[in-house]
Amino acid sequence: MNDQSRISNRKAKQAPSGMEAAALLPKPFLDWFRERGWAPRAHQIELLATVQGGNSALLIAPTGAGKTLAGFLPTLTDLAVRGKRKPGEAFRGIHTLYISPLKALAVDIERNLGKPVEEIGLPVTIETRTGDTPQHKRTRQKQAPPDVLLTTPEQLALLIASQDAPRFFKDLRFVVLDELHSLVISKRGHLLSLGLARLRALVPGLRMIGLSATVAEPDELRRWLVGQNPPGRMAELMTVAGGAKPDISILDSAERVPWAGHQARYAIPEIYQAIKAHRTTLLFVNTRSQAELLFSALWQVNEDSLPIALHHGSLDATQRRKVEKAMAGNALRAVVATSTLDLGIDWGDVDLVIHVGAPKGASRLAQRIGRSNHRMDEPSKAILIPSNRFEVLECRAALDANYLGAQDTPPLVDGALDVLSQHVLGTACAASFSADELFEEVRGAAPYARLDRPTFDRVVDFVATGGYALRSYERYARIRLTKEGRWRVSNPHVAQQYRLNVGTIIEQPMLNIRYVRAGRGTAARGGPTLGKIEEYFLESMVVGDTFLFAGKTLRFEGIRENEAYVSNAASFDPKVPIYAGGKFPLTTYLADQVRGMLADPAKWKLLPDQVADWLRIQADKSMLPGRRDLLVETFPRGQRYYMVCYPFEGRLAHQTLGMLLTRRLERAGARPLGYVATDYSLAVWAFGDFSHLLKTRKLSLAKLFDEDMLGDDLEAWLAESWLLKRTFRNCAIIGGLIEKRYPGQEKTGRQVTVSADLIYDVLRTHEPDHILLQATRADAATTLLDVRRLSEMLSRIKGRIVHKALDRISPLAVPIMLEIGKESVAGEANESLLGEAVDSLIEEAMGTA
Amino acid sequence: MTAAIAAIRSAAAGDAITIAGERALCDRRGVVFFPDLGLLAVSDLHLEKGSAMARRGQLVPPYDSAATLLMLQAVIADHRPKTVVSLGDSFHDGGGAGRMPDVFRDQLAGMMSGRDWFWIAGNHDPEAPAGLPGETVRELAVGSLLFRHEPSARPVEGEIAGHLHPCARIVQRGRSVRRRCFASDGLRMILPAFGAYTGSLNVLDRAYRGMFRWEAFVAYMIGKERVYPIAASMLRPG
Repeated sequence: MNDQSRISNRKAKQAPSGMEAAALLPKPFLDWFRERGWAPRAHQIELLATVQGGNSALLIAPTGAGKTLAGFLPTLTDLAVRGKRKPGEAFRGIHTLYISPLKALAVDIERNLGKPVEEIGLPVTIETRTGDTPQHKRTRQKQAPPDVLLTTPEQLALLIASQDAPRFFKDLRFVVLDELHSLVISKRGHLLSLGLARLRALVPGLRMIGLSATVAEPDELRRWLVGQNPPGRMAELMTVAGGAKPDISILDSAERVPWAGHQARYAIPEIYQAIKAHRTTLLFVNTRSQAELLFSALWQVNEDSLPIALHHGSLDATQRRKVEKAMAGNALRAVVATSTLDLGIDWGDVDLVIHVGAPKGASRLAQRIGRSNHRMDEPSKAILIPSNRFEVLECRAALDANYLGAQDTPPLVDGALDVLSQHVLGTACAASFSADELFEEVRGAAPYARLDRPTFDRVVDFVATGGYALRSYERYARIRLTKEGRWRVSNPHVAQQYRLNVGTIIEQPMLNIRYVRAGRGTAARGGPTLGKIEEYFLESMVVGDTFLFAGKTLRFEGIRENEAYVSNAASFDPKVPIYAGGKFPLTTYLADQVRGMLADPAKWKLLPDQVADWLRIQADKSMLPGRRDLLVETFPRGQRYYMVCYPFEGRLAHQTLGMLLTRRLERAGARPLGYVATDYSLAVWAFGDFSHLLKTRKLSLAKLFDEDMLGDDLEAWLAESWLLKRTFRNCAIIGGLIEKRYPGQEKTGRQVTVSADLIYDVLRTHEPDHILLQATRADAATTLLDVRRLSEMLSRIKGRIVHKALDRISPLAVPIMLEIGKESVAGEANESLLGEAVDSLIEEAMGTA
Repeated sequence: MTAAIAAIRSAAAGDAITIAGERALCDRRGVVFFPDLGLLAVSDLHLEKGSAMARRGQLVPPYDSAATLLMLQAVIADHRPKTVVSLGDSFHDGGGAGRMPDVFRDQLAGMMSGRDWFWIAGNHDPEAPAGLPGETVRELAVGSLLFRHEPSARPVEGEIAGHLHPCARIVQRGRSVRRRCFASDGLRMILPAFGAYTGSLNVLDRAYRGMFRWEAFVAYMIGKERVYPIAASMLRPG
């Protein structure tokens, strides 16, 4: 275990003057540093001084800069002075709250912080509280709180919704927010910001300490940390410059890099050699399916039987703990992992990071590379393995970005209203509230700084009676206005329901994967569980289908209640490829870099020869667009006509664009048949000859790609879309309209899905402006459709569309043309599938099949 | 299989199928109409399910009764039946009829006027609905047909029932489609639930075991524009 590097200060480069440190640090701390031959780092002392001066602070530092110790120094020095609680002394609430995005990180910190605390001899108790903490320990923590509580955003929401919250938090001095850059994004960040606003109201003078990796917009995080009512205040900023430049290379394979696909099979022998040449290698991929495939492929060439393990979020927890332990004990030579290992946790003595597939976001890349070395002054070593030709371009761009230090995180969006609803109910569960006061408090949370009063009142109304125009639920209200004008829960059952449904992470309905003996189907008795897989994936399988999971080829035996039964497959080649797992879009910054590289032949030197040749042939046969341009190619192939464009805005944005273009082409009489989207490009095909339609001006690209498509067309499509139903389900659960589960009874995903869909249909027909539908549309526009990306793109390319009418497919179009048939927009074509099923039956019966 | 194929071909062409010799039209809105009897059967309306949920703290939109009745009104206007049989669980709970706003009660009474209307008692609503006309019965025999709420466990020729909320699922080109359905083997039929908030149970579930002649079974899956007749061999559990 490498915990020294996390907490330590071995090579303090910019040690502050001894005077300053001596003034701020109690003697035992100074002794502790001295005994180890260390000195406190400048940023640690600066942060201590800032916080002691009564301010909140944001520390931005690379991995290995002693960030954790910096974050806790204010706490430890304060507690060193305060001393132990005497017997008979009154109740003491917690002193410091530490919040991290991951349970594992809280556990890691408990271990790493325990060491200096013990060595300095501080009277400090540190405990974790997560979803895994047993009930008796939680109860005890309420009665006798530790000094430092390490927890997650969901647990904070639960703590502030309890009636003893004021007592529990009365002595709170600091909140340490670790990995702040990943805490603030998504609805989880919204809920946390509201929780912190509550804490600020409970404990005036509370100081926040944010710890973050490098981000593009530090000011956003600085505002997020402090109350924004009135708006504009920011936490003090401390930045530690990056350490040694990482040593990153792109695999220059002797093999042929494929046109399309995500498997990188061509590179397996070279990856295996790299593993052999290093002590411990971490292999990162973007999806769980890629992890399974890579793991399986490596074992097929693992002639030396090197200990190579697999780690991803779907695997059984005991299995994951086992791998983590072996990793920490340096017992493994390689681990294939997805983002579950993404954040700043120490995992043994890794000396090489291999990233397979495109790294998508440059900051994600930096985070992953950082993994290989927690000593900030030694360079980290990493190899990027692009799995297709476009990924070569993307890897190259990511590499340049990393050297430039240009990093990006998703922009912060306005707080979601379903999350606010949950918080309002939680607030009422703790104590009655006045709407005026709560409104002012909520506006202090940065994501809700722009919330207006009518919307807030609608949220309160929604929490109370569902917020329907037909006011028939007054008698079932969950919260009621008292004579004193305060809102309070109408009965204890409401609080109980709230506690069971708290949080913003709505998981896809998942089924346990359980081993049984082959051929016995669901009648067999279950063996051990291997992990969990999304229900939708398992639903498309038929008994006897084989697939890869947990590093094994498994045979599907059937579903029984919430478990899927599997057995070992006889064959080695899985029939069903694998479930999709998570996918990340290309960030705006990286997309721009890739376009820049395409446009500039001088940069092609940096690319492998075969990729540079590919671009040269493209320039010869068609053309390469300028950095700000959009290239549209049209050509015939088979009985159809194709239109391919290259926006590089990510698959979500392209899918949305594809859907909207298809609607417009339909109206223009081009008779479109379908479309397919990748991260890089979009292809639409039709019966109508695009080149001819454009030449005869029956079709205009400028009109086709006009921004106005984001108006009525988008609205009309969205209303019908299955995507919106799924989003509605999430909003309905987070907003408390339907329950995640009943007390003592876990609802299966199916039951929730069905009722949420039906509710959606009814609500949309009868009250299309309901606040939950408003929240759903906002949610879909940002997270599902990437409308913002699309809208920026459309405005960028205005007047900059270049069209090339070709006789045949261009080299650049080959990768996406290979995707046709593999990809489908799930859930859109149900009706036609039903019709097909009927026809095939009749044909079979007539002997015409 | 020939019985199933004949039924599939009729239904695919939009023609009537037969149940125990009686011609029947499966309406894609979820009701079955027997043209020779002038009888329309609908099942599991679950009216006032929304307010029943609201009482337990789940404030789902209070528009389910409106949606259900609007749809019912439309099918009655189209088929102009002499007789309507509501196959039980017409209200989500015993107090449902009492809770239902007057405007809906009047709407329902309007549909009922000028025709015979039978409420079959269901497990959710064993008593006659408060304040509404119509005759409440446990079972009803018309011609060769027998209407009741819960289907019998053994094959019974001519039985038309509800209660189980049947749905079916197929997998086509690696994608799964799940829809409410009419379940029939030509001898008997189980109707899909009609109510706006009603969930459903796959016809392959063990609850249906032994009820149908499997070789003649067809699930009439409900699509947006029409009903899709699907043979047993194509159905998937879940």
